[in-house]
Amino acid sequence: MSRKVLPGIAIAAAVLAIAACTSTKPTGAAGPSSSATPTDASQSKFYNQADFDRELKQRTETAQGDPSTPWLQTIDASYVDTTKYKKNPKWHLCFSNASVSNPWRVTGLTTMKAEVALHPEIGDFTVDDAQGKDDKQISDIADLQTRNCDALIISPNTTDALTPAVTKACQSGIPVVVFDRGVNTTCPVSVVHPIGGYAFGAAAAEFESQRIPKGGKVLALRILPGVDTLENRWAAAKSVFQKAGDNVVGVEFTDGDPAKTKTIVSDYIDRFGGLDAVWMDAGATTVAAVEAFQDAGRKVPPIDGEDEQDFLELWQKDGLNAIAPTYPVYEWRTAVIAAVDILSGKQVPKEWVLPQPVITKDNLSQFITPGMPPLFYSTCGCQKMPGFPQTWGGK
Amino acid sequence: MTAATTAARLRRIAPIWVVLVLVLVGIVWRDPTFADPPTLLAFVKRSAPLAVLALGQLFVVISGELDLSVGALITACVVAAARLGEGDPSRTWWIILLVLGFGVVVGVVNGLITTMLRVPSFITTLGMMLVLGGAVFLWTGGSPTGALAENFRQYGREDIGPVPYAVVILLAIAVAAYFLLHRSRFGHQVFATGGGTRAAELSGVAVRRIRVTSFVLSGLLAAVSAILLAGFAGLSANAGQGYDFQSISAVVLGGAVLGGGRGGIGAALGGAFALQAMFTLLNLLGMAAPLRDTVQGLLIVAAVAFAAYRLRSNR
Repeated sequence: MSRKVLPGIAIAAAVLAIAACTSTKPTGAAGPSSSATPTDASQSKFYNQADFDRELKQRTETAQGDPSTPWLQTIDASYVDTTKYKKNPKWHLCFSNASVSNPWRVTGLTTMKAEVALHPEIGDFTVDDAQGKDDKQISDIADLQTRNCDALIISPNTTDALTPAVTKACQSGIPVVVFDRGVNTTCPVSVVHPIGGYAFGAAAAEFESQRIPKGGKVLALRILPGVDTLENRWAAAKSVFQKAGDNVVGVEFTDGDPAKTKTIVSDYIDRFGGLDAVWMDAGATTVAAVEAFQDAGRKVPPIDGEDEQDFLELWQKDGLNAIAPTYPVYEWRTAVIAAVDILSGKQVPKEWVLPQPVITKDNLSQFITPGMPPLFYSTCGCQKMPGFPQTWGGK
Repeated sequence: MTAATTAARLRRIAPIWVVLVLVLVGIVWRDPTFADPPTLLAFVKRSAPLAVLALGQLFVVISGELDLSVGALITACVVAAARLGEGDPSRTWWIILLVLGFGVVVGVVNGLITTMLRVPSFITTLGMMLVLGGAVFLWTGGSPTGALAENFRQYGREDIGPVPYAVVILLAIAVAAYFLLHRSRFGHQVFATGGGTRAAELSGVAVRRIRVTSFVLSGLLAAVSAILLAGFAGLSANAGQGYDFQSISAVVLGGAVLGGGRGGIGAALGGAFALQAMFTLLNLLGMAAPLRDTVQGLLIVAAVAFAAYRLRSNR
């Protein structure tokens, strides 16, 4: 009879044993071992020293153009001639979108549509949503080439998978504008993006590192692996923490889920008896991380978020020790402007690098737009557009 | 005491408690502070949404059906509560009633389609999941608007004295569910319906009514779970993601059989806690995320295989 109980216990024991074995292996930068291997970050496939140095330099450069319209500003621009693409209006503008799966992208698409409405020369605007699937976006791009588009804007889902599709679109002769995430080809007429992920990750990590004791316990929270801009953010942060000799006690993926984030942070607070800083690669779940400390009756340590409304309001209300290195939503406007410029035969930057504002406690109040919904991103550059704030869900 | 009688006693314990104790021992081994009452209560508090959801799912599973729409229903409730409440504390009461009412309506629809139109519940509730998910997306454009008032969030977030609201609510629901399932005529009929539909019908059980009522309970408790989850984690467009699988896993871990006729309130709660404790243990072990998903899947399948083995050997 007792034999019948045994197999079950054996299974449970075996699974626990597997779990225990893997736990002894340091995962990523977890544990103090990270500071002993300073070359670790540079070995990552997503780490490029030259890009890293360039982005950190661009942070302090003054952007060309009027600072009150940052979506028109450029950094280190080298212009290309576009007279061969000049066309008489009205134009048919097409857009292949990676997804609208997060609030940053939702604010972006709303802003982009408002920008299109500002240009009477644009007769039609076609949007295909790839719903976060590479294969769907590849077929979307092929399909758009048969629909008489005068210009094609692409926001790629992932870098490697979309490169061939973008290359093919370039060869069709339609002017192509790529923005947000990148591709491994220089064929688009213009590539629009803010300074980049390294600058984002470094700004947050430097802020936190300066405010904690040497060897302080840092928890790093990431959304998901494998997206270049997110990998760059973490690569930069990792190198900052390593140089400062901080102790990264954990690197966790949250899937952007607030409940999961809150649970992970609570577990870490219990396990390490508190944390000295929390580094995050994106702001959507910062509020959940902050609440984990508040609900545990602890002081919120230095933390970073983005320009989403709920975080900015909480920061102001509770006087958090925080920073928000943004990835400005106004690049969605710039992509349309670049396409319009190209079809008008105006010169455009080959690589249109936009300024990337960092929100600190000193300029926080400028970035809070009262009456907006909790998942609104204030760097949309949309505050003076027609239809604001109702179109963006505000009052 | 002989070895044989000890083994016989062991076999009377639902296997889920063995799993739960093993996982809890693992947690305390990695983090001794876990055994402190406040930490333990915090753990129960964040398990509460899943536990409440599992209790609702249990009624449906015992009656021989499945409810795959609970995750989407949670998301719909959270998003609607934020959109309609707009952070205004004076609206909290009618928002709570509305959310609970919506859960009941979804349960009634699931139940009627399954029983009257004879669509298998797997398809009915899968369809409901897509309908609710699509509707939420259409309504919000992907990004929810509005806000959750503090007095709405208190049920999932704050404490009454030393005990979290969520724990009190869970306890009350668990006691009510226990009496309903194990001590009432309705409960016996739920078991009868799932255990042998034809036999139940012939002996005068209103099988359709029992099934519809089970779906209503599942919908209602999913709405309660949404209120607790919204309180705990705040507004999110994918609040209920993964909860359909987790609630079914919890119920099955607790010894219920897909197909109906078996299961219990205590063991289902044990299943929900064991599942949540597994997540905590995997966090504490510092395992890389992809590996953690794999181990999580393995643990669930292993535990269910163990439960099935025990069931077979008992026959």
